[in-house]
Amino acid sequence: MYTFSNKLKTFSFILMILGALGVGYGFMTSHKSFEEVETILAAESAGHGEGHVEEASTMETSHADDTHGDSAEAQVNEHKEHVEHVQHQIANRPWSAFYVAAFFFMMIALGVLAFYAVQYASQAGWSPVLFRVMEGITAYLLPGALIVLAIAVASGTIGHYNLFVWMDPDVVANDEIIQNKSGFLNITWFTIRGLIFITGWSLYRYFARKFSIAQDTAEDNKNFKKSFRIAAAFLVFYIYTESMMSWDWVMSVDPHWFSTLFGWYVFASMIVSGITVIALIAIYLRTKGYLEFVNDSHLHDLAKYMFGFSIFWTYLWFSQFMLIWYANIPEEVTYFVTRIEDYNLPFFGMLVLNFVFPILLLMNSDFKRVPWFIVLTGIVLLFGHYIDVFIMIMPATVGDRWFIGIPEISSVLLFAGLFMFIVFTALTKAPLLAKRNPFIKESEQFHY
Amino acid sequence: METSKVIHAIYTDDDVLMAAVKKVKAERHHIEEIYTPFPVHGLDKAMGLAPTRIAITSFIYGCIGLIVSIWMMNYMMIQDWPQNIGGKPSFSYIENMPAFVPIMFELTVFFAAHLMVITFYLRSRMWPFKKAENPDPRTTDDHFLMELAVHGNEKELENLLKETGAVEINIVEKEAH
Repeated sequence: MYTFSNKLKTFSFILMILGALGVGYGFMTSHKSFEEVETILAAESAGHGEGHVEEASTMETSHADDTHGDSAEAQVNEHKEHVEHVQHQIANRPWSAFYVAAFFFMMIALGVLAFYAVQYASQAGWSPVLFRVMEGITAYLLPGALIVLAIAVASGTIGHYNLFVWMDPDVVANDEIIQNKSGFLNITWFTIRGLIFITGWSLYRYFARKFSIAQDTAEDNKNFKKSFRIAAAFLVFYIYTESMMSWDWVMSVDPHWFSTLFGWYVFASMIVSGITVIALIAIYLRTKGYLEFVNDSHLHDLAKYMFGFSIFWTYLWFSQFMLIWYANIPEEVTYFVTRIEDYNLPFFGMLVLNFVFPILLLMNSDFKRVPWFIVLTGIVLLFGHYIDVFIMIMPATVGDRWFIGIPEISSVLLFAGLFMFIVFTALTKAPLLAKRNPFIKESEQFHY
Repeated sequence: METSKVIHAIYTDDDVLMAAVKKVKAERHHIEEIYTPFPVHGLDKAMGLAPTRIAITSFIYGCIGLIVSIWMMNYMMIQDWPQNIGGKPSFSYIENMPAFVPIMFELTVFFAAHLMVITFYLRSRMWPFKKAENPDPRTTDDHFLMELAVHGNEKELENLLKETGAVEINIVEKEAH
């Protein structure tokens, strides 16, 4: 049995407290008055020189729907609209930062749950020694997913439509495209869908965990067979709901834009981050002397998955990018134009972190067996996939007013602390070896 | 032609063969070669063979393929006959790069795979019309053959191999290649 060391527990609490303070500070300082925003904008245009002023003024004109306002009144209106727009973007930042971090940690748990179900459905022989680690991580799914849904709904009810513009009735009234989608995109139906997804995932998680623990003391393989059956059913449910969840919770921040492979793209991010976290926690527990039955070959396989799914992620990222780039349809390319212009460094940086790093570091077979190499690549990958989620949400909510500062970092700390606390608490609840699993012997002797 | 004396021990089971290899290695005898009807997992490690370097060649071939594809498309699509790609007549390789990525990927894989297979054949001394080196046709069916060099220790080797479960032991003169 694993015991949650006090040191780690304190550490997770420190993370949560620091994070909560930072998140609170982010929300407190995000409400700028009209005049404050005006001074910020004036300071920025003065600081950046003439070129930027011209650029800003052309941008302002493009914001307003009418043609060049010759009269002074039109110019005043334009100015007012632009300042209000920026004011809103600044107010959106703590919400978005909070949402990105919440989604990122939820995504890890969901990815692990899918990976776990695949192991059962395929009756994999190598992985049963890691089942308890995976079950521990998936314990975060229910609270994590509820938090994500709660933030999303709160942004449209107690917030000022800080994440999803389609929640704002004023926006919808003037937008025919969103009006046509409002049968699907409305807060009630959004909440119901979210609850259906979460219920389905959590039910599978609950029963899979129950059968897994019951199997430890069982005489026959009945529990394993039941778990096999529900895993197959869950995977069918998952592949539909994961895709719909990614439209709802991520893609709908840009309600005019859509991509048919978006669900797969989010899935790729999810599964890489999930497998990386399995590897990191397994290595951590092994160094603490808990998982003596996990050998280098298990790590090797996890690292192969990290490597393979990183390339899969890049493949989907590129498939989505290339088709839109090639077709060059204005309402589609705007998605990438914003990202390349306003998010140049994180947008291309994430390709380096999520593709170049793993391909170079994990290509060599021997490196995949070296724990510190996996840890190094794993940390880079997790950072890269955080940036990936960041790039999915931020351009729609804060535009070019982004920065990785106090709101972003403290949101990550808050959820990292919560994740650690829930996952390691769940790990203490059952023996770390699923000792009566029918494949456990094969798994323990697994070698390459 | 120069000949050398070798001993051929024949086994009928891969597990017995693995145990035999470990025992022969433990007695510090050098195993020249093993002929099996199918790949036996872990045999190379048990025989003490050096790890394969084919992965390194594959990486090099992949890099060559990538460079060839870039050079080829730059010549064909940009220099020799400039093309308007996707309504973007920039005539610059880097600006049209997304359109070239699938071909860059495919040629990388193509070069890596084909050249690696050819390298493997040459390194294994296999080419068209070559006479098979296989000393016993039964090793293509259901028998395993272990070949050891004899240096005046025939009796000792024979006893050792019998102990390990060999079903047949022959001493043959072998042409050096």
